[in-house]
Amino acid sequence: MVQKIETFYEVMRRQGITRRSFLKYCSLAAGALGLSPAFAPKIAHAMETKPRIPVLWLHGLECTCCSESFIRSAHPLAKDVILSMISLDFDNVIMAAAGEQALSIIDETVEKYDGNFLLAVEGNAPLGEEGMYCISGGKPFVEELTRVSQHAKAIISWGSCASWGCVQAARPNPTTATPTHKVPGIGDKPIIKVPGCPPIAEVMTAVITYMVTFDKLPELDNQGRPKMFYSQRIHDKCYRRGHFDAGQFVEKFDDEGARKGYCLYKVGCKGPTTYNACSTIKWNGGLSFPIEAGHPCIGCSEEDFWDKGDFYDRLTKVSGFGIDANADQIGAAAAGVVAGAAAIHAGASAIKRIASKKEDA
Amino acid sequence: MTDASTTTRKQEAVYVYQAPVRLWHWVQAFAILALGVTGYLIGSPPPSLGGQASDWFLFGWIRYIHFVSAWIVIVGFLFRIYWAVIGNEQVREIFVPSFWRPSFWGGVWHEILWYLMLAKEPRKYVGHNPLAVLAMHFLYVWGIIFMIVTGLALYGEGTGMDSWQYRWFSSWVLPLLGQSQGVHTWHHLGMWVLVVFVIVHVYVAVREDIMSRQSIISSMISGWRMFKDDRPVDRD
Ligand code: HEM
Ligand code: HEM
Ligand code: SF4
Ligand code: SF4
Repeated sequence: MVQKIETFYEVMRRQGITRRSFLKYCSLAAGALGLSPAFAPKIAHAMETKPRIPVLWLHGLECTCCSESFIRSAHPLAKDVILSMISLDFDNVIMAAAGEQALSIIDETVEKYDGNFLLAVEGNAPLGEEGMYCISGGKPFVEELTRVSQHAKAIISWGSCASWGCVQAARPNPTTATPTHKVPGIGDKPIIKVPGCPPIAEVMTAVITYMVTFDKLPELDNQGRPKMFYSQRIHDKCYRRGHFDAGQFVEKFDDEGARKGYCLYKVGCKGPTTYNACSTIKWNGGLSFPIEAGHPCIGCSEEDFWDKGDFYDRLTKVSGFGIDANADQIGAAAAGVVAGAAAIHAGASAIKRIASKKEDA
Repeated sequence: MTDASTTTRKQEAVYVYQAPVRLWHWVQAFAILALGVTGYLIGSPPPSLGGQASDWFLFGWIRYIHFVSAWIVIVGFLFRIYWAVIGNEQVREIFVPSFWRPSFWGGVWHEILWYLMLAKEPRKYVGHNPLAVLAMHFLYVWGIIFMIVTGLALYGEGTGMDSWQYRWFSSWVLPLLGQSQGVHTWHHLGMWVLVVFVIVHVYVAVREDIMSRQSIISSMISGWRMFKDDRPVDRD
């Protein structure tokens, strides 16, 4: 039943792209994936022979920042990815069609390419009130998500919402917003987390490029993130690291250290605890990234980064016990109480000793 | 009759802390002191230095001292476990307290009364008193295991996903305790648990050296437990 789908190459040629620029594109893609130039012919071969993969891109509870990021990809251009590499059959944010006609594409794709399409999820499903907090196409999003996921080949969780929950799942999470991998009934499809708020555009397109050219998932870490982009922390490759090791910190945003570009650790930089590629790939086509602009990393690609205390504090405030204090404040208070008790006990012991000496005498 | 049996059990001094245990105790005491100071500074760094990055390596040294002391504590602790297996009966106490013996709990209760100054005199032990065993088991043994596990999980982040530290520790500790930032917070709280232990530990060591019926501080230096009276030792 599967009808013949065009290969990437055919689509590119049809769009008037020359073979020369096609090959150039393949080398660029190899470079973006961190592969040796020897891989360029392999990518070219794959593109000439493999049919384009259909992708359904669904949107749950979210802000569309992942889509915003995606369409700004420079290497490869998002347009190339959408038009040439994948067949983005459905994406309600950027597609022209609307209404029932548009929605029917989902069913068509599910039917025609059962088990052979990629499901990209942006945002997450609130499970509270049977999913009523997020209605898409007249139905709770969670229903659509679990139905479509049963038929997908693999699922991509775009951004921190789909990967971890993000702001809508921050304490106390009133709608029970739930990341893709924790939604009951999602099935046992492979899930690729591409966290970030939003993820870096080039990371998003590279993940897709990898999957279509090699027809397999990129290597994932034990939490399901592509290793090629998420195996190191911002801090491991940060250009301000020399100042960190030296002990030169920005103490306040308007001080001398801030002007000299010192390390932002003391103003709450979460670079040491954040797995992402910002300090290597950077943002906006490699122009800059938050730390380069003088702002600490807020840890946007980390699980529950909204619940890790103030963005501008190095030490997380621990809530609970009806207080809001960091580990040092809690610990110092406990140690103070214990030391005080020991001092009082010592005094009482001395009195007892003197008293019993008198008794003995 | 009872008199006869006590006289045969009468002891002046017992060699209780073998040299390796004493050496381990003092080495790790200093290493943990270094870990506490440098760890605190890792969380709240000293005031910023000026000039060029190449002029200094202050924070690098602070972290380096933390890591070197950490390895000393880890190797020391592994050695201490080994010694608990091959050493004398008393060095096993803090690892496997005799929870199953009712007399152990009787001893704990008596020691509590002693600290509340309700008991007239403490019992007499070759090893630690049962209350001390409880504190050492739960606050020290489990405390240091917690610090080693969370510490290695943080260390594995620096050595990378292909290192054994990451594979054996970071890979499961990070997701379990709220990812990297969460593990930092737990590791930091763990430090304060050990600080509380050390405050109490040093206080009671000094107090019992004076008030109990046996030597304490000098025992951890010379290895010999001296007794201040001739009555039999308690074994609970
Ligand atoms: C008694 C034992 C220890 C104490 C009191 C201690 C204390 C601390 C403290 C307070 C911090 C700062 C946490 C924060 O960011 O808020 C820290 C960080 C750290 N500790 Fe420990 N620690 C101990 C043992 C260990 C061990 C056994 C290791 C294992 C290698 C270790 C490795 C680390 C690492 C890697 C960091 C993070 C350094 C960084 O972020 O630059 N620690 N420690
Ligand atoms: C970081 C600091 C310290 C830690 C973690 C620590 C831990 C321990 C532990 C686990 C034991 C049990 C030994 C065993 O059964 O093998 C012990 C015993 C002992 N410690 Fe410490 N210690 C510290 C510092 C000190 C200091 C500063 C003193 C000095 C006053 C001290 C005096 C003693 C004494 C006298 C004993 C033997 C207790 C007895 O006779 O039953 N410790 N310590
Ligand atoms: S600015 Fe942040 S990421 Fe960069 S070295 Fe300092 S703490 Fe690390
Ligand atoms: S620097 Fe940190 S907060 Fe900023 S985008 Fe990168 S991971 Fe997110």
